[in-house]
Amino acid sequence: MYQRAKRLSQLALGPVLLLLSLVTTSAWAEEALPWRRPNQVNTTPGVTEVGHTIFGLHMMVFWLCVVIGLVVLAVMIYTIFAFRKSAGAKASQFHESTALEIAWTVVPFLILIVMAVPATNALIKVYDNTNPDLDILVTGYQWKWKYEYIDPQGNNVSFFSNLRTPQSEIRGEETKGEHYLIEVDEPVVIPVNKKVRFLVTGNDVIHSFWVPELAVKRDAIPGFINEVSARPTEIGVYRGQCAELCGRDHGFMPIVVNVVAENEYNDWLGKKKSEAAELKALMDKQFTLAELVERGKGVYDRACAACHGANGEGGVGKAIAKSPIATGAMAGHLDIIVHGKPGTAMQAFGAQLNEVDLAAVTTYQRNAFGNNMGDMAQPVDVYKVKKGQ
Amino acid sequence: MGEHHHGPAKGLMRWVLTTNHKDIGTLYLWFSFAMFILGGSFAMIIRAELFQPGLQLVNPEFFNQMTTMHGLVMVFGAIMPAFVGLANWMIPLMIGAPDMALPRMNNLSFWILPFAFLTLASTLFMDGGAPNFGWTFYAPLSTTYAPPSVTIFIFAVHIMGASSIMGSINIIATVVNMRAPGMTYMKMPLFVWTWLITAFLLVAVMPVLAGAVTMMLMDIHFGTSFFSAAGGGDPVLFQHIFWFFGHPEVYIIILPGFGVVSQVIPAFSRKPLFGYASMVYATASIAFLSFIVWAHHMYTVGMPIAGELFFMYATMLIAVPTGVKVFNWITTMFKGSLTFETPMLFAIAFVFLFTVGGLSGIMLSLAPVDFQYHDSYFVVAHFHYTMVAGAIFSMSCAVYYWLPKWTGKMYNETMGKTHFWISFLGFNLTFFPQHFVGLAGMPRRIPDYALQFADFNMMSSIGAFIYGLSQLLFGFNIIRTIVAGKPAPEAKVWEGAQGLEWTVPSPAPYHTFSTPPEFKAEHH
Amino acid sequence: MADNSIARTVTKLSVVVVGMFAFVFVVMVPLYNTFCEVFGLNGKYSGEKYEVVDAKPDESRRIKVVFVANRAEGMPWDFKPKTVEVFVHPGAVANIAYYAKNVTGNDMVAQAVPSFVPARAAQYFHKTECFCFNRQPLAAGHETDLGLQFIVDQELPADISEITLSYTIFDITDRDGGKPVATR
Repeated sequence: MYQRAKRLSQLALGPVLLLLSLVTTSAWAEEALPWRRPNQVNTTPGVTEVGHTIFGLHMMVFWLCVVIGLVVLAVMIYTIFAFRKSAGAKASQFHESTALEIAWTVVPFLILIVMAVPATNALIKVYDNTNPDLDILVTGYQWKWKYEYIDPQGNNVSFFSNLRTPQSEIRGEETKGEHYLIEVDEPVVIPVNKKVRFLVTGNDVIHSFWVPELAVKRDAIPGFINEVSARPTEIGVYRGQCAELCGRDHGFMPIVVNVVAENEYNDWLGKKKSEAAELKALMDKQFTLAELVERGKGVYDRACAACHGANGEGGVGKAIAKSPIATGAMAGHLDIIVHGKPGTAMQAFGAQLNEVDLAAVTTYQRNAFGNNMGDMAQPVDVYKVKKGQ
Repeated sequence: MGEHHHGPAKGLMRWVLTTNHKDIGTLYLWFSFAMFILGGSFAMIIRAELFQPGLQLVNPEFFNQMTTMHGLVMVFGAIMPAFVGLANWMIPLMIGAPDMALPRMNNLSFWILPFAFLTLASTLFMDGGAPNFGWTFYAPLSTTYAPPSVTIFIFAVHIMGASSIMGSINIIATVVNMRAPGMTYMKMPLFVWTWLITAFLLVAVMPVLAGAVTMMLMDIHFGTSFFSAAGGGDPVLFQHIFWFFGHPEVYIIILPGFGVVSQVIPAFSRKPLFGYASMVYATASIAFLSFIVWAHHMYTVGMPIAGELFFMYATMLIAVPTGVKVFNWITTMFKGSLTFETPMLFAIAFVFLFTVGGLSGIMLSLAPVDFQYHDSYFVVAHFHYTMVAGAIFSMSCAVYYWLPKWTGKMYNETMGKTHFWISFLGFNLTFFPQHFVGLAGMPRRIPDYALQFADFNMMSSIGAFIYGLSQLLFGFNIIRTIVAGKPAPEAKVWEGAQGLEWTVPSPAPYHTFSTPPEFKAEHH
Repeated sequence: MADNSIARTVTKLSVVVVGMFAFVFVVMVPLYNTFCEVFGLNGKYSGEKYEVVDAKPDESRRIKVVFVANRAEGMPWDFKPKTVEVFVHPGAVANIAYYAKNVTGNDMVAQAVPSFVPARAAQYFHKTECFCFNRQPLAAGHETDLGLQFIVDQELPADISEITLSYTIFDITDRDGGKPVATR
């Protein structure tokens, strides 16, 4: 009776172990591109040395836990079968053994030490942020990320990175794309084989910057910075998500990191810098309301009054005074002025006026003719509308 | 009190005014079951939305309210009151006491709970909705950026905390002062020991939770800056204070479950609990260690490496006494004479599935690897294995085990076993795949997910519906037992059961042990 | 019934309850702040002004200090470091400045909060003059330079050769109680 039960549990053990090893080993052998592999069961080894160390530690402790779990299960299954009352088992009454208690206290303790040593070494590696080749300030916003490449000369390249998946896909009106919910308009671009240090902070609430294949996860805490580094060794696109509940769209602020060859990175950075220089020239000009209104009047008289009236009363064009557009959302107002209204006489002034003038005239319209909105547009806002952001 | 006993009062007011530990235990148990169904409904909404990628049923704001309320209701409304109900019913019976030490405070402890949870549930209908910042309510999401209902939330937490504190004081006072002559501490049933230790944990850390929510209240309404960098404060301070409460809290949730299983396994093995003294020391070690491990919930927050290492080592250490308990349970079964009635099925499943949860806990304890697991579904899998297959299964075990004593009727064994197997299947189908999606990179608390997570999420949702439906079968069985169950055989319902509660009739009379019983020690 | 002993138990436990509640405010908060100061976390300002010690700068070490600027939610000012990085010798006094402009149409008051990485370095970074010490009022449309004077301590651990200092500015106009605004 006992022999049969023993044999049964031993027989079961083999196939279970085999199956598990197939599943997990195949996951390990795969390329580090889990975003293209559905039903992945294991974490990624990633593309950094630190990531590989972490992955090795993970597999080691995983197997240890599997073995322990299977041993416990085997003993339980054996016990259940071997000592059934229905099979005639009579209960012994032994109920203590100091030797056993010592044994199963000391042995697990030793197993833990075996785990703690490599874990300590791995943690020391994770915490090494010395001598980075590149610093990027990562700021979590509700609900997007901002990246700022720190430049020693102060020409920081800075941009927001928003989820690119359209609402129509989320609502099921259109088929979901391959990178549903893990695609952005502006990815982070970094050079391969260089140590990148991410300085992580939050703008409003706590977020968390997580890219599994770079083995980075750090909380983004408003008012404080954290640092975490990665030296990716393979070119590719790596995707992550925010990992701390941060409000409504916590699930909709992904991270995309493009690791590229160094010369490609330099080209990209150069392009971004010249865009940044343009942007900077505009951002340096943070006008006050009074300045914008004054300038805007001049622009209005030149470019708008002919159709919209010297006092905003309308004519060929609609009235600006009390206009739902000029007293509505800034975004809509800017949009019409920059892009025009197709099918009407309202042209796209984005092609005709510079950012400063466009900002000024928008501000003027919102504050003149009794509109009194009290808000204003800066040249950089116009720049963004022109760029389609 | 003389020998002249009144039966219970008649009508509804009996329940409002009762100071009887059996009545109050019953109130807690029914309340907790209702909360279990409520919290479970929130979970059904969550899993229904997560059945497929895309937003089909709810918007993200409401989804965040569901995840928050699911956690709050299950932790504070279902599992904690359930075990308190068990304590109320069983501790006086197990130690040969006539009632709890403070019967009127006992009544108050219960009745403020429905009030607190009605208030909390009403926030679902408030402007801005219910709390939506997770049951862990980190600042500043829960302070500066919180909906108006946060103030109600703080109020409900205070009340619920007061209930727990009063209940725990009552339990300690009862166990310390009212044991039958001859029942020394080391002769108490292990269930009483685990509750005694749990009660000390509660007394120590519920006030800390009260402190945390009071600081939140002050930040929100009285212009302080405990958790805001603008005024010189720090959001991370909130996390330290919360988890100083939060980690002992999870042991508060599980320790009574350990106690239940320590009663049930010996009963159905017809063999004494193996290593009684060891089990007491292990429970006490777990409780003590639970105070120094809290920051393993915060490995990614940016702590200095010395801190991370300390918390990592301390957390790993907790595995030792926990393992000791698992080995002792299995050794209790070994060379026993086993039968597999429903309580035993739940107890055995508890031992194995809680071990699985404990093993994923060991993986999580390793700080460098936790950087990949933290705030992913791997963590969700871990705590559901320990809290559902752990705490909830042990609670179901307790109900089947003691229901005949409470009601004097036997539950339907076939229905009980069916409930067990469907629960077992549904539970594992729900939560085992969550290990995979967590490792594959799916974060927590998101209403929608990338396509590669779709298949396992569908599996998980199907499992959740199966598990949820089976709990209705459980409720049906209980009600049917009370209304139309076969009478329980005798005082000692289960052949192998030991303990003073099995020396009184089934159902237990309204007043028991008005005179202390003769207590002869068993094999402790 | 041991009524007296029950009363004693209840009293003792109630003291513990009250004590643990007080513990949160009276012990946990100050302990946390002390820990942060000792480990230099989060750039906690301990309130004591550093007294400059007259000692020769350590010319054998070159420490890179990187400056970063953040604006909190609802803070529209222009804010950035005028110098992004400097190299200093431990013990030598250094001066840098941040630039700020209040671009709104209202007088406002800001508070700058410093934060360091690596955390260990903060206790060796002595700010002798810092704009983060005081509230910073700025009238509508005005701009200013915000100065920082600092010394890196010679005791800075040998394995640290780079320190990053980040400031986040917050809008504390409402907390300020409408005090008179000085323009600079």
